[in-house]
Amino acid sequence: MNGLVVLGVAALGGLGALARFGLDSAIQARRLGEFPLGTFVVNISGSLALGVLVGAGVKDDAFLLTGTAALGSFTTFSTWVFEAQRLAQDGEWRVAGANLGLSLAAGLAAAAVGRTLGGLL
Amino acid sequence: MTGDRRQLLAIFVGGVLGALARTGLVELWPPQAGRWPWATFLVNVVGAFLLGYFVTRLQERLPLSAYRRPLLGTGLCGALTTFSTMQVELLRMFDHGRDGLAVLYAGASIAAGFAAVTVATSMVRRARLVR
Repeated sequence: MNGLVVLGVAALGGLGALARFGLDSAIQARRLGEFPLGTFVVNISGSLALGVLVGAGVKDDAFLLTGTAALGSFTTFSTWVFEAQRLAQDGEWRVAGANLGLSLAAGLAAAAVGRTLGGLL
Repeated sequence: MTGDRRQLLAIFVGGVLGALARTGLVELWPPQAGRWPWATFLVNVVGAFLLGYFVTRLQERLPLSAYRRPLLGTGLCGALTTFSTMQVELLRMFDHGRDGLAVLYAGASIAAGFAAVTVATSMVRRARLVR
């Protein structure tokens, strides 16, 4: 990993976080109930995109930049489990469980579909 | 700079640090397809702990701050942890016929992440009672 790649990882990692904030805020602003839909949409769309990269055979530095740095930062595990923990703490066990289960199932499906789509490219 | 711009800058800076730390760890400890991805597992659980710690402290202990949560929560912990990489790792485990490992990895990540948030939260709250 040379200096230019490190710089690219830094920049794309920062931009991934900003894109996550932008999309999450836009969805949360609609106030669609208890379900943390913003993080859900971010994580599922990011998994689809990462699947496409894998399916298209993107590798090495190109994958490190677009996949590991950009999409890795865009999607988030910590916020996902944090939101579930806070829902459970507030007694919303069903919403918390639905968030964990649906995100996992949809994330896997999205990554698999993305990989198939990427293979067609 | 307006408050909003400072907030965006904080998210960017946190994202840079989180992505560098995670990518560095993945480079040092490259995952092998179909095997337990220690680097991702570790950053995810540590990141969940840190997020629980920071957010509880910022919401319940420290004075309101415009940039701390964007920097530490949205930026750093958000970018340090990753959901998409975990899904692709799970797919690869299924590819290798390691269905049991995939179930274990998904279950352990969620359980450990959830527990990490709970422990971090109660640590911060207990510290407040002592003070």
